[in-house]
Amino acid sequence: MALITLDVNGTSRTVDAEDGTPLLWVLRDLLGLTGTKYGCGAGLCGSCTVHLDGEATRSCITPVENAVGKKILTIEGFCEKPDNPLVEAWLDEEVSQCGYCQPGQLMTAAALFSRNPAPSENEINAAMSETLCRCGTQNRIRKAIRRVIEEGGMR
Amino acid sequence: MTSPTTTRRDFLKVVSVAGAGLALGVYDRQAWAMAEESGTTLSPSVYLSIDTSGNVTVVVARAEMGQGVRTAIPMLVAEELEADWDRIRVEQALADPKYGSMVTGGSQSIRTSWEPLRKAGATAREMLIAAAAQEWRVEPSTCRAERGSIVHGTTGRKMEYGKLVERAARLPVPENPLLKNPAKYRIIGKKVRRLDSPDKLRGKAIFGIDTRVPGMLIAAIQRSPVIGGSVKRFDAAGALATPGVRRVVQVHSGVAVLADTTWAAFQGRDNLVVDWDDGPNARMSSASIAKMFQEKSAGEVRIARNDGDSAAALASAVQKSVATYELPFLAHAPLEPMNCIAHTRADSAEIWAPSQSPLVARDAVAGALGLPPEKVVVHPTLSGGGFGRRLWPDFAVEAALVSRAAGTPVKVVWTREEDMRHDFYRPASLHRLAAGIDGNGKLSAWQHRIVAPSINIQLFPEGTGENRWRDAVDGAAQLPYTVPSILVEYAMANTPVQILWWRSVYNSQNAFVNESFLDEIAVLAGKDPFEYRRELLPVDSRLRGVLELAAKKAGWGTPLPAGMGRGIACHACFGSFVAEVAEVSVDSNGGVRVKRIVSAVDCGRAVNPDGIRSQIEGGVIIGLTAALYGEITIENGRVQQGNYDAYKLLRYDETPEIEVHIVGSEKDPTGVGEPGLPPVAPAVCNAIYAATGKRIRRLPIRLQ
Repeated sequence: MALITLDVNGTSRTVDAEDGTPLLWVLRDLLGLTGTKYGCGAGLCGSCTVHLDGEATRSCITPVENAVGKKILTIEGFCEKPDNPLVEAWLDEEVSQCGYCQPGQLMTAAALFSRNPAPSENEINAAMSETLCRCGTQNRIRKAIRRVIEEGGMR
Repeated sequence: MTSPTTTRRDFLKVVSVAGAGLALGVYDRQAWAMAEESGTTLSPSVYLSIDTSGNVTVVVARAEMGQGVRTAIPMLVAEELEADWDRIRVEQALADPKYGSMVTGGSQSIRTSWEPLRKAGATAREMLIAAAAQEWRVEPSTCRAERGSIVHGTTGRKMEYGKLVERAARLPVPENPLLKNPAKYRIIGKKVRRLDSPDKLRGKAIFGIDTRVPGMLIAAIQRSPVIGGSVKRFDAAGALATPGVRRVVQVHSGVAVLADTTWAAFQGRDNLVVDWDDGPNARMSSASIAKMFQEKSAGEVRIARNDGDSAAALASAVQKSVATYELPFLAHAPLEPMNCIAHTRADSAEIWAPSQSPLVARDAVAGALGLPPEKVVVHPTLSGGGFGRRLWPDFAVEAALVSRAAGTPVKVVWTREEDMRHDFYRPASLHRLAAGIDGNGKLSAWQHRIVAPSINIQLFPEGTGENRWRDAVDGAAQLPYTVPSILVEYAMANTPVQILWWRSVYNSQNAFVNESFLDEIAVLAGKDPFEYRRELLPVDSRLRGVLELAAKKAGWGTPLPAGMGRGIACHACFGSFVAEVAEVSVDSNGGVRVKRIVSAVDCGRAVNPDGIRSQIEGGVIIGLTAALYGEITIENGRVQQGNYDAYKLLRYDETPEIEVHIVGSEKDPTGVGEPGLPPVAPAVCNAIYAATGKRIRRLPIRLQ
């Protein structure tokens, strides 16, 4: 095992993990940040999405060593501020059903907004379509994203 | 602790004044009888408690898997209690027979809670009013409950519930509390915030897979790639050499690798070398199953419904049509893969499971471990989707046996591939149809022969009861149309493929077949598919009501651009009535794009209208996913699909606009989790027919 230091949600964290261990399991099992979810293990569903230096990244296929030296943001860090416009919009539209995929949906949408405060419908489609939901909340996610745009983006 | 004033006849009862709070339990007769027989202390099936600070806790005995039961059940209580919605707290019930069956399935949570939970709230309200009246030395009839307080009508004096609970807990329990006039509802039928959303969005909600217990290891299991195979021998050296791996044990379902972390367990599982005995199914395939279905369709049948003389009616029909429909096995594929924590000890066990049937899990685990059921504690957790998969207790039994074999608390986590390849699937089916019309184009004969495995018989082969096979004809035997002769038959065609209830169960197949074939007959009769259905449904029937509403809202009959088509379908199940209109475009390469689904639902009184819309939207999307993509296939005894690349889910950019229109109703509420699903596939396929003239008789849809 090897000691690895990571910048997680603005805090320096040292973990003992083999090279090649997906960042997902380091976050979940070693750091107790279980808001990042395991859905497919193959970069297909997006439930594990976190930000690495602001980029939406599939943590289930990202070896932990690739995250060293980068700013890792998880759903827990993203929601530290109480009045997060994305979370508020998701609540206003009553998006979540089982809720399992929603942290990944929020992190995917947040990365989109950080690139572009008023994304077009095509940009929204391109960003969101690889993040899967089995309960069927797609249209409410769309409404929530539109609401954020109408209310002035991420402020 | 019991109150001396309560008696066995009490429907509601003060069960605890611990912490000087008021706790009311609702008994059902069966739970009561059970408790009497076993001689245990009587406890409530579902209860609410109000503490001295005025917080109201509602214990929810159903599983929250996204359907919103942790919001809708508290709404029933809060309404009658005149509670302040912001003071409502929810507590998950442990598995206990005192709560009744605890099964979350069959779209029944609200149906079965409607009466008892409103009564629980009303009882507490009356007791709080009585306590305030006593306090103020006034007539109870001069007091009223209002948003968490009792108010005296003439003086305007006011006391919060928290201040009244100690006195109220000492009062007799009213036998027949007066329920509110629905015209006065301020929570039921209104928009309230889902109580479970904030934690879910912020990553704080703890699902089964997020749960930890002290000292636990994490296990991954290698299961037989061939259905029904078993371990011949295995070499654990590679697994044990994997960093973080602690133990390897064999259980009934395969070989388990226990490790410090999930990743180490997954890697150890991959490094395990197992020599499998493939067993008798190594040559089974989707083709061999289809062939067996064909053979069974000409064999012995059971009669599910026989009105009139369909053979004679068919023989004398002016025109007739025959068709064969086929549907595949489907996986549940919830985003949270199967998982379970078990901590077994010599004489007891504790289980943490994202389960839809925690009591069934408790009894199954007890049976597997040879323990009395009361020695097994099951903690139901949040579920990341269920759709029926979590009703079966296999994953809890497996975790318990791994824990016992390894002598340690363990969380078994299924990889996505294991989850998909070792699911209990929605059964595949074959359907033979024949129908005839008379000189006026009216449907005169309808024959439907269903060839499919029976979930009931496959799951409970030892069960008794003449009609257990009838599950397979659900939604077919109840054909809602007025036809002089109807014959519905069933040919049982069980297979080694494990099957289970999948959202809407056999309605998912039978509604597709009913509504597609009826569309064929409408075309044969030269009639408009909406008008044809409408004329065949009894006037003033609720199904006809939703059919008309969906058609109206969808603009049925208005022109569409070239390449587009509109289709309609309706179906009744789980007590509710749903009609859906699909608008579909088909491009020159046969690419299907579903643009819009208009849904009309009559589910009785709408308890949580926005929750109902969510459930119907979800049913539409999962039904559409199945129609467009859903198929589990088998080759050489192995399930071929292992992840979301091969078993696709409907993407964000493929999701049509979905409208949900709820019929205003004062009837008691009925199911909403499942009824939105069955009409989608036939509505879409009927729309494809309207656009292209091509009839889809096999799902998933393949036009290319």
